[in-house]
Amino acid sequence: MSGRAWVYGDDLDTDLLAPGKYMKFGIEEIAKHCLEMVDPAFAPGVRPGDVVVGGRNFGMGSSREQAPAALKALGVAAVIAQSFAGLFYRNCFNVGLLALTCPQAGRIRAGDAIRFDAAAGSIANLTTGETLACDPIAPHLMTLVREGGLLAHLELRLAQERS
Amino acid sequence: MSAQTLAEKLIARAARRAAVTPGEIVTCQVDLAMMHDSGGPRRVKPMLERLGAKVWDPEKVVVITDHYLPANDDESQRIIATAREWVRGAGVKRFYDGIGICHVVLPEQGHLKPGMFVVGGDSHSPTGGAFGAYMFGVGATEMVGVLVTGEIWLKVPHTIVVEWDGAFGDGVSAKDVMLFLCGRFGMDGGRYQAVEYAGSAIGRLGMQERMTLANMTAEFGGQAGLVAPDEVTRAYLAAAGVAEIDTATWRTDDGAQLAAHHCFDGAALAPQVAAPHSPANSAPVGAFRGVRVDTAYVGACTGAKLADLRMAARVLRGRRVASGVRLLVAPASLRDQETARAEGTLAALLDAGGKLLPNACGACAGYGELRFGEGEVAISSTARNFKGRMGAASSEVYLASPYTVAAAAVTGRIADPRELL
Repeated sequence: MSGRAWVYGDDLDTDLLAPGKYMKFGIEEIAKHCLEMVDPAFAPGVRPGDVVVGGRNFGMGSSREQAPAALKALGVAAVIAQSFAGLFYRNCFNVGLLALTCPQAGRIRAGDAIRFDAAAGSIANLTTGETLACDPIAPHLMTLVREGGLLAHLELRLAQERS
Repeated sequence: MSAQTLAEKLIARAARRAAVTPGEIVTCQVDLAMMHDSGGPRRVKPMLERLGAKVWDPEKVVVITDHYLPANDDESQRIIATAREWVRGAGVKRFYDGIGICHVVLPEQGHLKPGMFVVGGDSHSPTGGAFGAYMFGVGATEMVGVLVTGEIWLKVPHTIVVEWDGAFGDGVSAKDVMLFLCGRFGMDGGRYQAVEYAGSAIGRLGMQERMTLANMTAEFGGQAGLVAPDEVTRAYLAAAGVAEIDTATWRTDDGAQLAAHHCFDGAALAPQVAAPHSPANSAPVGAFRGVRVDTAYVGACTGAKLADLRMAARVLRGRRVASGVRLLVAPASLRDQETARAEGTLAALLDAGGKLLPNACGACAGYGELRFGEGEVAISSTARNFKGRMGAASSEVYLASPYTVAAAAVTGRIADPRELL
């Protein structure tokens, strides 16, 4: 399975992913406006399994986890960036969205077909034939992604404690 | 034991360890969890219900409403009503409703002191580091994790020391320091590590100025922004009802390992302005001299505390806002507003033509009805000027200190405030 790449630049902020004007509403409404100020074609055009690719400091700004949650709600399989803002990176895993730190993310072009293996730490660009390496993900964060996010993880943990 | 940084000592205490090493992942016990109305009750309530879980210790939770006030529409009213209802049900007694912005109200009410480990449901939570506490922002789901377990994981950060020596010139403030740092090192200059502000120029700053440094560590890209506590801290906290504080332990030891140590001369810093749409687009004010503004905004946890209102008042006293310019003033807390009123600071702002707005996040968050219009040019004492954050995508926001915002209000154009002091 592969997805298409939607490519943006450095310092893509949370307010572009989850615009303040819509923050009072639920995630479905916010997701409709995800990235509309930089790319109005993104929210209507993105398909489940696609990936979003950024440059440095992806997701800088707010603590609003609606920023990664909007991407997840739209079916985005992973965010790939040269580097992430720390708070956004935590929020990705908490909502169950994979964030892959890839120093060579700049080699991916819009529309490229991308397949990734998070556990192996590799990204295959099926369009160019290149394979790019990702930084390893901490084991406890891989667990969160596998379980579907922190809430699902807490559900399991509480169930274990109660049994 | 080998020399440790302030951040390492704070995290070691919270992790119940003798020492920690940068890069290792530890689990910390949380002393205090702060939430506001947006990322707080309306988001955590349904998740706690799904888990069938209760708050681990309601005495360690503070809830403050600030984002959706004034609540002038159905959704905002529902969000605020949820906060009020949830704190009752959860047994959270430390609830501050409509008296100001969380980062300012929290220390004002005496909830912070050196040595604490604190999480906040807002990206400007590093503000608490001004008091020698390790405080950082988390999202709503991660806050649920804290509310249920009382714990949170952390990758022990390296420490970056930013030292300012000498003294800042008149008309130069903490806001200028942070805009300068964002411009010099970028918005990821802090690399999600602990940033500690030190040096004689920092030591001369009052607590609210130190809060501005710690606050904008968010824009600088640090996880936490720290100032080691001293007599200035002690005096502020004593007034807030916090008696005993330890200034001997909560400091970086001589010889502790640092990731970087930057030294600057305070006297050499000029007022800074950051152009749209990034705090990193900063340069000395002269680079933007003459840019015409429609709106001058004094607001937010970053730029409308009592100390900030006093800066603006020094420029505005006895003057009038330029024709065609609107000056908006949203004091960061009710207490700061009332102190400003009693001492005449508020009168200086309002007599100049300023319009007083509620003690809330207002246009800074961009969540409510106050948003800048199409093509509007604003100069703002807030922290962020991302495209479309404070209004229309075509609005343009320049960031500056309260001095510089006030100077623009008076002249109608970006100007060096030092010429008006």
